[in-house]
Amino acid sequence: SRDSLKGTLPSSSPRHDDLKEMLDSNKDSLKLEAMKRIVAMIARGKNASDLFPAVVKNVACKNIEVKKLVYVYLVRYAEEQQDLALLSISTFQRGLKDPNQLIRASALRVLSSIRVTIIVPIMMLAIKEAASDMSPYVRKTAAHAIPKLYSLDPEQKDCLIEVIEKLLADKTTLVAGSVVMAFEEVCPERIDLIHKNYRKLCNLLIDVEEWGQVVIINMLTRYARTQFLNPNMNVSIADKEEKEKKKTEATAIVKRKPYVMDPDHRLLLRNTKPLLQSRNAAVVMAVAQLYFHLAPKAEVGVIAKALVRLMRSHSEVQYVVLQNVATMSIKRRGMFEPYLKSFYIRSTDPTQIKVLKLEVLTNLANETNISTILREFQTYIKSNDKDFVAATIQAIGRCATNIGEVRDTCLNGLVQLLSNRDELVVAESVVVIKKLLQMQPEQHSDIIKHMAKLTDNIQVPMARASILWLIGEYCEHVPKIAPDVLRKMAKTFTNEEDIVKLQIINLAAKLYLTNSKQTKLLTQYVLNLAKYDQNYDIRDRARFIRQLIVPTDKSGALSKYAKKLFLALKPAPVLESPFKDRDHFQLGSLSHLLNAKAGGYQVLPDWPEAAPDPSVRNVEVPEWTKCSSREKRKEKKADKPFYSDSEGESGPTESADSEEVKKSEKKSKPRIGSSESESEEDEDSESESSESEEEESEEESEEETKKKKKVGNERLENTHTTDIHTHSERRNTHILNCDSQPNTIASVQVFDTICKPAWLYMQFLLNPPLPVSVPQTIVPSGNLKTYELLHRITGEGLSVEYCFSRQPFSPDPHMVAVKIQFTNSATSEAKSLHVEDAKLQSGMRIKEFPEIEVLPAGETVSVVMGIDFCDSTQAANFQLCTHTRKFFVSIQPPVGELMMPIFMTENEFKKEQGQLMGMNEITEKLTLEEKCQGEHAVVQRVTTAANLSRVPCGSDKEFAGKTVTSGSLVLVSVVTKEDGAAQLTVNCEKMVIGTMLVKDILQALTQ
Amino acid sequence: MQFPAKMIHSLFLVNSSGDIFLEKHWKSVVSRSVCDYFFEAQERASEPENVPPVIPTPHHYLISVLRHRIYFVAVIQSEVPPLFVIEFLHRVVDTFQDYFGVCTEAAIKDNVVVVYELLEEMLDNGFPLATESNILKELIKPPTILRTVVNTITGSTNVGEQLPTGQLSVVPWRRTGVKYTNNEAYFDVVEEIDAIIDKSGSTITAEIQGVIDACVKLTGMPDLTLSFMNPRLLDDVSFHPCVRFKRWEAERILSFIPPDGNFRLLSYHVSCQNLVAIPVYVKHNITFREGSSQGRFELTLGPKQTMGKGLEAVLISSQLPRGVLNTNLNPSQGTYNFDPVTKLLSWDVGKINPQKLPSLKGSMSLQAGASKPDENPTINIQFKIQQSALSGLKVNRLDMYGEKYKPFKGIKYMTKAGKFQVRT
Repeated sequence: SRDSLKGTLPSSSPRHDDLKEMLDSNKDSLKLEAMKRIVAMIARGKNASDLFPAVVKNVACKNIEVKKLVYVYLVRYAEEQQDLALLSISTFQRGLKDPNQLIRASALRVLSSIRVTIIVPIMMLAIKEAASDMSPYVRKTAAHAIPKLYSLDPEQKDCLIEVIEKLLADKTTLVAGSVVMAFEEVCPERIDLIHKNYRKLCNLLIDVEEWGQVVIINMLTRYARTQFLNPNMNVSIADKEEKEKKKTEATAIVKRKPYVMDPDHRLLLRNTKPLLQSRNAAVVMAVAQLYFHLAPKAEVGVIAKALVRLMRSHSEVQYVVLQNVATMSIKRRGMFEPYLKSFYIRSTDPTQIKVLKLEVLTNLANETNISTILREFQTYIKSNDKDFVAATIQAIGRCATNIGEVRDTCLNGLVQLLSNRDELVVAESVVVIKKLLQMQPEQHSDIIKHMAKLTDNIQVPMARASILWLIGEYCEHVPKIAPDVLRKMAKTFTNEEDIVKLQIINLAAKLYLTNSKQTKLLTQYVLNLAKYDQNYDIRDRARFIRQLIVPTDKSGALSKYAKKLFLALKPAPVLESPFKDRDHFQLGSLSHLLNAKAGGYQVLPDWPEAAPDPSVRNVEVPEWTKCSSREKRKEKKADKPFYSDSEGESGPTESADSEEVKKSEKKSKPRIGSSESESEEDEDSESESSESEEEESEEESEEETKKKKKVGNERLENTHTTDIHTHSERRNTHILNCDSQPNTIASVQVFDTICKPAWLYMQFLLNPPLPVSVPQTIVPSGNLKTYELLHRITGEGLSVEYCFSRQPFSPDPHMVAVKIQFTNSATSEAKSLHVEDAKLQSGMRIKEFPEIEVLPAGETVSVVMGIDFCDSTQAANFQLCTHTRKFFVSIQPPVGELMMPIFMTENEFKKEQGQLMGMNEITEKLTLEEKCQGEHAVVQRVTTAANLSRVPCGSDKEFAGKTVTSGSLVLVSVVTKEDGAAQLTVNCEKMVIGTMLVKDILQALTQ
Repeated sequence: MQFPAKMIHSLFLVNSSGDIFLEKHWKSVVSRSVCDYFFEAQERASEPENVPPVIPTPHHYLISVLRHRIYFVAVIQSEVPPLFVIEFLHRVVDTFQDYFGVCTEAAIKDNVVVVYELLEEMLDNGFPLATESNILKELIKPPTILRTVVNTITGSTNVGEQLPTGQLSVVPWRRTGVKYTNNEAYFDVVEEIDAIIDKSGSTITAEIQGVIDACVKLTGMPDLTLSFMNPRLLDDVSFHPCVRFKRWEAERILSFIPPDGNFRLLSYHVSCQNLVAIPVYVKHNITFREGSSQGRFELTLGPKQTMGKGLEAVLISSQLPRGVLNTNLNPSQGTYNFDPVTKLLSWDVGKINPQKLPSLKGSMSLQAGASKPDENPTINIQFKIQQSALSGLKVNRLDMYGEKYKPFKGIKYMTKAGKFQVRT
């Protein structure tokens, strides 16, 4: 308040002397008071630069608050007082060597904020040193300082890139966000620096602070666009097929080579998804745009819910989100359709929000919801916010053009609006009706007539012009009215607006050409008026038209074509969303919002035709994976930040999670504190060995398997390069994918030594359908449980048993093979054994066994029949007939028999498991029965309970299969811990099957 | 070509009369004349909230938010996600509110030094640095009356004496060394119902959004778990960063180390699109007759599906058509007010007694000779229902690990109207 007077005086005001005096005093309270007043001046934008010498002297003041305010002042004015600013540098240089990390950091922060070119070398040195500081906080500050130095002296770019490279390799979450920000500002084009850090960044992401998350996600979106293949390549090309022939050829190539998503691509999608739950709208938007630009079409849907949630936020957030939703809803309408009602407009919404919601509603309109939407629009038209009403009318027009079914309804509605009291509403309606009529004018001459009458009342120039154009264009549909309109317009010509005048001339010309008898004089009159108009455009037009339509000696050949020129069939205007194709800008960006490239915008590259070498992202395998000692692995785990284990980035294993809890309970205090984060690099590996044994850090185990695979790959290539599909060069496409190739047996034999069980399964896959005589090795031998179908007594001597043979049923792969064994213990022979009158649940099918003509007494015979249970445990009821009797029997499958084993690598397993989360995942804890604690026993019991195959080389006990009918994946994993504790996880799209399977396997393992 | 200096370059605070009353620059100074483009846009906008949040100017971009009738205008020089800036600006406002109780021009001017110190810590070179209120409070103590008095006498400081450790922690949202004599944890489950009801009383759209706000004052490093009786109700959730996402995914349990003090633990959306119980109904009869200068206005409110709980703090507001000159209405309870300039009708009903339903009846006088207005006013309703969460969400239990003492725990439920509109 006192200062406000001072501020208005010139800066050389003697009043500043008292401030200087206060600053020179040796009382901290006076200094502080002075600094506060100075900062208040700066805040109000007043000049306080003449105090520089007095202030800078206090840079070393003991009082922290004084010191901080001096820093504020210094950063603000150093640029203007370069020489004096240098006086303070030594203070900061000293600070850089302070033993306290926070002081080191703040010294670097201020030093790098002083925009004085002469200290560039000092800054560079300081940044380099800080980048190798022990404290991650200081390293973070170093990352922040990089863009500052870069903007001060771009010449330093190369040196700074070196620092960035070093900091990118940093493993702490604290640094990650800041260094990526520096990367984006200094060298966004150096995508190669990201390769080696890609997986780490993906895995750290969830623990990075929110602002860093946004920067990293945006950068990784761009990165992914350069390194991976378009997951929608088949789809999108099919869409565009008509457009470009060239691409059709590409389709052919694509079809030959099925798309396989790079696991790194998947990793990114998986690790960003939880962030849709962030409270920070910018993070949610960043993930949403990542999914929009990178995810397979079928997966993009998840972002809709999160985006709709953001609409509850502040109106500015709504504004930005709606802009992006508007763009997305053009390409992926289905995604937002369930949330249609969330875009309904409230009378209290600001107009700019209303208009955007309207845009989204229009984009979402289709045949099924259009009636609801139009009903909403009717309410909107009554609003007293006229801009909004105008936008609604436009929206109705667009719905009418896009959806043929409602065109007439819309048109009628708009015509009704023509009698609205508000002229703006009428005018807007006229303009829209004009566009709609252009599509089918012949059917609507009554509407044209109606509009002709409006010229008497409506004053809005645009509307008048539209009506006149319409009458002129379709004068043949309204032959009586058109000349009369021209007559009226001729009267008012001189008072009309320019656009109206031009349309009057147009109307006159068109009428002259079609009906010159009635309108010749009127046209002459209008053209004469126009000839002397004040506006030269109008004069020009009149002269031009006269020459064109009125044939004279001099007028050339052109007048013959006048009619063609004026009354050519004009294509109807396309009413398009202004958001169409806006997605060529990265969504969520400023450029997208403005629909114009903002400075510094990094273009989102198109997907590459062929994926660049994915091995560039391989990181040298650190020591600890080589020795598989569990303690070693845990060490790695221990230095991960807070949640990385519980929030399990890369793996779907739930077990780690529950352990996290136990751990924190046990230790009664979570791992927190600066000491830990400081010392993490040299953390002793053995120190954490008290933790439970079974803990698997998914990331590591995954990498381990990858490594194994790679070894396998290499061997394979060495021996039988010709056999190997090009795919197998790719690190993560497992070798067994080459199963479609003939002659793989040889290479398989090599592989056999590496991984025996896989080989067995591979053979299984190589020879489908299997002959009945397939080696029993596939099926756990002796485990086939037999069930009774017909008891000897009921069957009058004929007893029937059945078992699920677990062989593919060759006549129909979607059926479960049931082996049926007939034993005739009667004294006479049984004849003509066959199935009849099956009573099946809808969808179920039976493939009967061939009739057994004779079964002599005392003999046994086996047959195989196929039943399609439709993936349900409903019993199949049918009659078993002999030549004399009929027996009602039923076969009810245990859930484990409804599936068949499939081969899968561990990577694939993890990947698939990751996709079957949430409702599709069931986890149970259990205690293994005593006899069943060995690995072998577990495997045996699980495979007995369910027809699944074990995932080879898996570090956990993992089993995979698919349901026989629908082929839905069934994934089972058993993670064992000490003392027989274990956790069973079943992932299956079919929740009922999953639930039942859990029950069965639990029983098998605990009893 | 180079575009250095991404992110936020400068910040201007503009009051409702268009004066810049505070400026802060994180890089070289940008002249305040850049705000002229903002003022132009402000003039073009019919309402204050219609100023576009993003305004391009020849050399800069202005991104602004409007809160408490103050525009916070950030100056940007190049590409940056707009939501990044908007979210940050809102965080700034939240912080001011947290520090000064209110975020008004007067409060900001009175605390200009604290404001400056806060802004200095929140952004470094235009990039957000410390935005967690717990960390900021360690760095800069919020002003209290007592401290202000003491500070003026002794010249001591607002700046934290000891160096902050929060930023270094792996739990950055919680400060270390928290101590309380009374350990308490309170949770408020607050649900808001958004609805649009049409003329005939049927629901066009209704949804429930809820939040759980917490006030946790616990010593040390407590690790809390909060479980629900019916977690399946929660359809879409967003968490405070302290919540362990994986445990929620796996067990539907909220497990977290809480920040110290007040914070929003969770926001959620309830998954019952069509089954929302609407707790209030409105009978209305608002008519304008052609040629007559009078209009009828009748409004009756009643409770509906409130699970036996009373409707409180009921407030009706409606924007009447421009043609209405004045009203002559009779409320059966509460007070009503009509502003002939803004045409805003508001009726403070208070509590609804189901035995005696509140009503507001009477006439409106219209402009003589003018034709009858096209539009029918929309009625906005606000209300509260204590001790009940409309969705039926119930907290099952709250457990604490990591500390030995027994905390005092409390949970409160409340339902409020969000954007609740009745079309007539």
